[in-house]
Amino acid sequence: MTADPKGVLTGAHYLDGDHAAAEGALAAGCRFLAGYPITPSTEVAERFAARIPKVGGCFIQMEDELGSMAAILGAAWAGAKSMTVTSGPGFSLMMENLGLGIMMEVPTVLINVQRGGPSTGLPTLPGQADIMQARWGSHGDYEIIAVAPSSPQEAFDYMIMAFNFSEKYRVPTLVMMDECVGHMTEKIVIPEPEEIEIVPRKYYDGPKEDYLPYNVDTDMIPWMVKAGDGYRFHTTGLTHDERGYPVMNAECQDKLVNRLLDKIRSRVDEIVVLEEDQIEGADTVVISYGISSRVAIPAIEQARADGMKVGSLRMVTVWPFPENRIRDLAQKIGKFVVVELNCGQMYYEVERAAAGNAETLLVPHAGGWVHDSEDIYQAIKGGER
Amino acid sequence: MSEAIENARTFLRPSKKLPTVWCGGCGLGILMSAMTRALARLGVEKNDVAVVSGIGCTGRLPTYVDFNTLHTTHGRGLAFATGVKLARPKLTVIAAMGDGDALAIGGNHFIHACRRNIDMTAIVANNHIYGMTGGQYSPTTPHGKRGTTAPYGNVEHDFDVAALAAGAGATFVARSSVYHAQELDRLIEKAVLHKGFSVVEAVSNCYTSYGRLNKHASPVDMLRWMKENSVPVGKAETMEPWELEGKFTRGVIVERELPEFIEAYDDLAERLTTSPSAVERVKSILKSFDETAERLNAKAE
Ligand code: SF4
Repeated sequence: MTADPKGVLTGAHYLDGDHAAAEGALAAGCRFLAGYPITPSTEVAERFAARIPKVGGCFIQMEDELGSMAAILGAAWAGAKSMTVTSGPGFSLMMENLGLGIMMEVPTVLINVQRGGPSTGLPTLPGQADIMQARWGSHGDYEIIAVAPSSPQEAFDYMIMAFNFSEKYRVPTLVMMDECVGHMTEKIVIPEPEEIEIVPRKYYDGPKEDYLPYNVDTDMIPWMVKAGDGYRFHTTGLTHDERGYPVMNAECQDKLVNRLLDKIRSRVDEIVVLEEDQIEGADTVVISYGISSRVAIPAIEQARADGMKVGSLRMVTVWPFPENRIRDLAQKIGKFVVVELNCGQMYYEVERAAAGNAETLLVPHAGGWVHDSEDIYQAIKGGER
Repeated sequence: MSEAIENARTFLRPSKKLPTVWCGGCGLGILMSAMTRALARLGVEKNDVAVVSGIGCTGRLPTYVDFNTLHTTHGRGLAFATGVKLARPKLTVIAAMGDGDALAIGGNHFIHACRRNIDMTAIVANNHIYGMTGGQYSPTTPHGKRGTTAPYGNVEHDFDVAALAAGAGATFVARSSVYHAQELDRLIEKAVLHKGFSVVEAVSNCYTSYGRLNKHASPVDMLRWMKENSVPVGKAETMEPWELEGKFTRGVIVERELPEFIEAYDDLAERLTTSPSAVERVKSILKSFDETAERLNAKAE
């Protein structure tokens, strides 16, 4: 399926990452945004609010991020493609209903334009310190999908990717931007609607009396319905059986939780998107995502110019973690250098997957600005064999 | 048996067998049947109703009714319902909540839902206690009454649910009790019919958690309390404040007209295409976005 032309602003534009993300959402077919103002993410909501009435949909400013997250889940059950957008403090509040979205298996998208934390931290300056919260911030066992754009063009493109992931796997999908990307203005090109690939919702169309909201096939992904289309259903955040009815025992819990995990875990290789450059024969591989991957480029280029064999692995999807690829690479290279705007988060994942087969170095940064590429260069050089 | 009652029965899920999770003598079953009777009389199509709830004893209500039913998180039922209604305006949306759910953890969503005037109905089952967790005092536990977390009597003061809804801007507010089951279903019927945001406070009884702690002899004793301590709105107007002390009023408390959110939003969307000045406004907003982008880009370069 391709994009609904109504939402697609085909052409070349100068946009910052926030505006580009709003256009990406509209191009992806998002027609409902519930949000609460928070720097540096508000521009996404502002652009959506300005554009959506004519496109045909709705923007609502909720009373807080708890309500925003709840409203987008409700809208999805009523058939809309929905999203919300926030930054650190709001992201924390959204964790509650992110869990509900995971449990109810709701396709929806949440953007976090990350800023420096903890708490109010640095509202107008970048950070990437919510990356573990994205993975583990809601309670209980779960798997999630997250992508990390590093430019306005990617903010546009990855919004479509995020909506497609959320529909395909029926899981809320996170777009982990940062203040730099959100507020950086660059030229972006929005393609023709027919060039934009859209994954449609997996709707049930069998006999009405046979519909079970959480019945699954071998793909482990239940069929969805739209409230009001005649397939009456029950859904709940409680542990439930295939009818959606609560069942309070360990057996049902085991079955449900493991399916929620396995529908993602069994497809990690299908979901993961990595951009690799000169990995073959490299001694050192720089791992980065979002804005940090752009800051790492000059350092990598300088190291290569100095004769070092440096590869780059940029995580387009940050979750699920590319476990197999890192494990594999660790056998072949001497060292990973992890560049992220935090004091060590993805670093520990890399170190774990490397399992001692390759050295893992962190180039930390507490946030507030991007790395000095000299620090990255030194880390690459430091452990060079 | 009347036709409405017959139809109301078909609104219970055949696949979800009774009894309910609720205690014997609990008022929530009476409320649920009042709700189904109201909807049956209105002749709604089951497929076009969505019942949303949060957490607590009242939160379990949607499980038993044969509509599109969504059991969400504590306090968030109304916010979730907001999304359901806005994405599919043809649905009749009802949010069923308890007092703790609606007014403590969900209090912020409650007042803002009242203010926004989206065409849906909030039913607040007010049994003055957190039932499911075993009897902790809630925002509607009267001063001096006991909860397990107020073992010597509540030192706080309670919300008047209907007054709160009215103050927050709800365009229809009514109250009755599970003792007055028929009046309750008439009020729910009116609330659903009302164009805009409607609130029905259903005073209910939780013998298990509230009654026992507060020296009620039985669930029946609690129903008797509702009978003896409530006054129809019209009669209350003729009474002195001291005569109404400790009593609650029943009936339609607020009923007024205000533009409904979805209608207003649709009107706006329409104007943005048809009215020349509105079309200009859209253009100028998008242009201002572009200009800001160009300015920032020039600065960066
Ligand atoms: S605990 Fe109270 S409110 Fe809950 S089901 Fe029992 S009687 Fe009803």
